[in-house]
Amino acid sequence: MPKDTSIKSVLIIGSGPIIIGQACEFDYSGSQAARSLREEGIEVVLINSNPATIMTDPIVADKVYLLPLNTESIEQILKENKIDAVLPTMGGQTALNLCKEADEIGLWEQYNVKLIGVDIKAIDKAEDREKFRLWMIEMGIPVCPAHIANSFLEGKEFAQQIGFPLVLRPSFTLGGTGGGIVFKKEDLDEALNRALTASPMHEVLVEKAVLGWKEYELELLRDNNNNVAIICTVENFDPMGVHTGDSITVAPAMTLSDTAFQLMRNTAISMMRNLGNFAGGCNVQFAMNPETEEIIVVEINPRVSRSSALASKATGYPIAKIAAKLAIGYNLDELKNQITKTTSAFFEPALDYVIVKIPRWNFDKFKGANDTLGFQMKSVGEVMAIGRSFPEAIQKACQSLENDAIGLGYYGKSLMKSEEILESIKTPKWDRIFRIKDALMAGATVSTIHKSTMIDKWFLYQIQSIVDLEKHLMKFDKLSEISKEEMTKAKQMGFSDLQIAKFVGNKCTEDEVYEYRKSLGITRIFKIVDTCAAEFESKTNYFYSTFG
Amino acid sequence: MTPAILLLQDGTIFNGYAAGKIGTTTGEICFNTGMTGYQEVFTDPSYYKQIVVMTNIFIGNYGVKKSETESNKMQIAGLVCKNWMPNYSRSMADGNVQEYFENEQMVGIQGVDTRAIVRHIRNAGVMNCIISSEISDVEELKKRLAAEPSMAGRELSSEVSTKESYFFGEEKSAIKVAVLDLGVKKNILRCMADRGMYLKVFPAKTKLDEMMKFNPDGYFISNGPGDPASMPYAIATVKDILATNKPLFGICLGHQLLSEACGISTYKMHNGHRGLNHPVINLQTGKCEITSQNHGFAVKEEEAKQNANVEVTHLNLNDNTIEGIKVKNKKAFSVQYHPESSPGPHDSRYLFDDFLEMIKLN
Repeated sequence: MPKDTSIKSVLIIGSGPIIIGQACEFDYSGSQAARSLREEGIEVVLINSNPATIMTDPIVADKVYLLPLNTESIEQILKENKIDAVLPTMGGQTALNLCKEADEIGLWEQYNVKLIGVDIKAIDKAEDREKFRLWMIEMGIPVCPAHIANSFLEGKEFAQQIGFPLVLRPSFTLGGTGGGIVFKKEDLDEALNRALTASPMHEVLVEKAVLGWKEYELELLRDNNNNVAIICTVENFDPMGVHTGDSITVAPAMTLSDTAFQLMRNTAISMMRNLGNFAGGCNVQFAMNPETEEIIVVEINPRVSRSSALASKATGYPIAKIAAKLAIGYNLDELKNQITKTTSAFFEPALDYVIVKIPRWNFDKFKGANDTLGFQMKSVGEVMAIGRSFPEAIQKACQSLENDAIGLGYYGKSLMKSEEILESIKTPKWDRIFRIKDALMAGATVSTIHKSTMIDKWFLYQIQSIVDLEKHLMKFDKLSEISKEEMTKAKQMGFSDLQIAKFVGNKCTEDEVYEYRKSLGITRIFKIVDTCAAEFESKTNYFYSTFG
Repeated sequence: MTPAILLLQDGTIFNGYAAGKIGTTTGEICFNTGMTGYQEVFTDPSYYKQIVVMTNIFIGNYGVKKSETESNKMQIAGLVCKNWMPNYSRSMADGNVQEYFENEQMVGIQGVDTRAIVRHIRNAGVMNCIISSEISDVEELKKRLAAEPSMAGRELSSEVSTKESYFFGEEKSAIKVAVLDLGVKKNILRCMADRGMYLKVFPAKTKLDEMMKFNPDGYFISNGPGDPASMPYAIATVKDILATNKPLFGICLGHQLLSEACGISTYKMHNGHRGLNHPVINLQTGKCEITSQNHGFAVKEEEAKQNANVEVTHLNLNDNTIEGIKVKNKKAFSVQYHPESSPGPHDSRYLFDDFLEMIKLN
C-alpha cells in the first residue's frame, strides 16, 4: 500500500527527561522520525518536556511544544492544531503510556486523531505482562513460568509456588525500575514491596529465574502488508540476569547456529504478525538454554527502543526513519535501502564486522549505590565499537569508555589474589569484563571462568586470545624485536599503540610504537558500514577504522 | 600458522594462513553473505567446484554438527574466511571446524581481507582461483590455475547426483513424488517428506520412462551445480515431464531447466546471488519474502516476460531478476531461490504446501 495521503500532520511524542534507563536513544529516533515524515511533506508537531534534545531544535519539527508529558498538554496541542495522526512509538515507554492514557479519556477520538504505527490493543498485549503471557500461551510460544500478582500476599504465595531464584518484574515501568532477582526467601519481602510500588498499576510479575541462559534480541520491522524483516540480531555477552541495558552486547549473534537462529526468527515473526495493528520497528527478546537450545520469549517491545538505536548504528539501517514511513502507510518493498540507494529496504542487513557495545556506569558519582548489576538498569550511557574481530571490537570499546582503560586490561589493575578474582566475577558488576581478563592473566582457565559466570565459552576464548598475545608481547625487551607479522596481529586484535608501549618493558613510548609500526607499513584502513557486506556499492559514507 | 596464498585468475594475490588441510585447491571464487549456517553451505552440492568466500567475520564459532548438513560430504572446493575459529562453545556440536576440514581433506585460507576480495569480485565478476598452503611459487600456481575449466558451459550435476536411485520418506504415504537429483539438498527432501510425500530420488540422467515406473503423482527437479545450458539431457527430461501434465516443481537449477524447457535461455551472472537476505516479491499475492539464494546463472528477464506460455510469478526486489515462473495451462512452477533454506529464512516454505496442494487437486 502506498502512503496514506489523508495524513497531513503528525504529532510525535517525545520521551521526556533523560534518566537512567532512558537516555538519548529516543531523541535519536524521534529526530529521525520527524525528518522522515517531513521528507514526505507531512507537518510534524512535537511534544517533549526536555528542551535539552536535538528533536526540540526548531529545525527538526514544524512546531515544538515544550510541555509536561501529560494529557492536559496533549489536549492543548490538539486544540491549537489540526492533527491527523499521532505516532507514539518513537518516545519509548513514556510515549506509549501517555498515548494510552490519552486514549482512555477519549482524547484521540474526540479530536479525530488516528493512532499510527501501533494500536492500543497491541500496546496492551505487549506491555501488560499478564496479557503478554496469556497471549504467548495462546500462541503456543514458550515463556518462563510466572504469575501476575496485584498484592503483597499474592506475590508471596506465587513466590512459594515458583521457588527461588525468581525474578520480579513490575508492569509498565522504565528500564526495569523496581525489578530484580531474589535469590533467597529472606530478601523477598523488601523486593516485593519495592516492585509493587514501582508499578503504576501496583502489578508485578513473579517469574522463575532462568539464570545462565543465553540472551538474544531481534530487531524487526513490519509493514501493513505483514512483511517482516529482521534488521539485527544482538547477543548478550552477559547471560540472563543482567538487564540488556547493562549487558555487554555483540552483533551479529556470535554463537548461534542457523537452526537455533531460524527458530528465534520464526517465533519473532509469528509474534509480530499476531500482534495486531502494527507498522514499524519492534524488538523481541529471547533466552536460550545453552544445553538443549530450547528458547523462551522474554519480552516484546512494539516500538523503537534503545536496542533499535544501537541496531541502526550497528547495521547502517535507519530503523526509526523507515519505521516512520511504515507508520504512514508505505510498505517495505516500496522503499529503498537508505545506504545503497539502489536496492530494496525490504532485506536483512549482512554484517562483515562485529559490533561490541559496553555500557558506561557512573558509580563513582553515586556513592553508596549498590553496584551489582541485575534487572534494573544502572548504566548512564554506552560505547559502541566496530572491528573486524571480536578482540578488536572489545578492545576499541574499552578504549572508548573515557575511563583510564587503554584496552581490555591495564585498568584499575586488580590487586586481588586469583581466588578473590574468581569469587568476585560470580557477581556481575561494572568491572567484570576487566576482572575476567585479570583472572585469565593469572592463569585461570576458560572452563573455570565459564563455571563462575556462565558467560559463553566462545567469548572467553576470545578474551583468552587477547591474554595470550599480551603475554607474548611482554616477553620482548625491545620494540624492534617484534616482527611485522606479530605487530599486525596485535593491531588486528585491537591493541592500541599505548598498550603495546606498556608491555614492551616500559622502554618505549606510544609515539615510538606508532613510528615503528608505520615503518613496517602497518597503518589503519577504513571500511564502510554498508548493510550488505560489500555485495552492493554504498552511496553513504559511514566508516570505521581497522587493520585488515 | 602455515602461510597460504589465494591467487585469482586476473593475477590478484591475497596472502593469509592455512585453514583446514595443508594443500592446494582450485575452483570458481564466489562469495556468500550469510551470517549463520556455514556447515550447510559447505555441504550444499550446488557449491561443487566453487571456492566460497564467507563474508561473516567468524567461521567455526559454533562448531560442526552432523545433523546440520545438506549432503553426505563437503561439496565446496575450498574456503576463504577472515577469522577461523577452531574453538567453539556449542554444547550440541560434534566437533570443531579444523578437524572437520582435515577429515574431509578440505583446503582453506584464513586471515585474508575478505571484504577487499568481495569488492574485487563485485567489480571484476566471478572468476577461477587457486588456494595453496603448500606451494608458494606463484608461477606454479598460475600454471595449475590455468588448467581449471571455466564454470560457463560446465556440466556438473552428473558428478554430484546419486549413482543409484533411493527412497526417502514414509512408504505408506498416499502421495508419491519422483525427484530428479541434480545435486539435491537434503532439506528439500525433508520438506517434502514432512508434508507426507514419499520420494524416489533418481540419478541426474534418468529418463522419464524410468521415473514413470514409480508411478509418481508429481515430479521435482532439484538444485545443483554447473551451467544449465550445458544439460540438454535434463532439459529433455523436463520437456517430457511437462508433456505428462503431472505437477512439477523446480528449485534453482530446476527452475533454470524448466525455463530452458519452455524456450527461455539462461545466462551467467556477473557475481551471482549467494546469501540469506535476498528480497523477493510474490507477484500473485503481493507479499514479500526474505529468501536464501545460491545461484551464478539466471534466466533471461526479457525472454521470460515475453514468453507466451510462461507467467513470471516472483521477482527479486534488488535487481528485478526473475525469481519464479509458472507454466500456463500446466501444473508446473519453479523458483530460483531456496524455499527449503537451510541455511536461511523459512519465509518461502509455503511453496512446498503449494506443490502438495497442486498434487492433491490433480
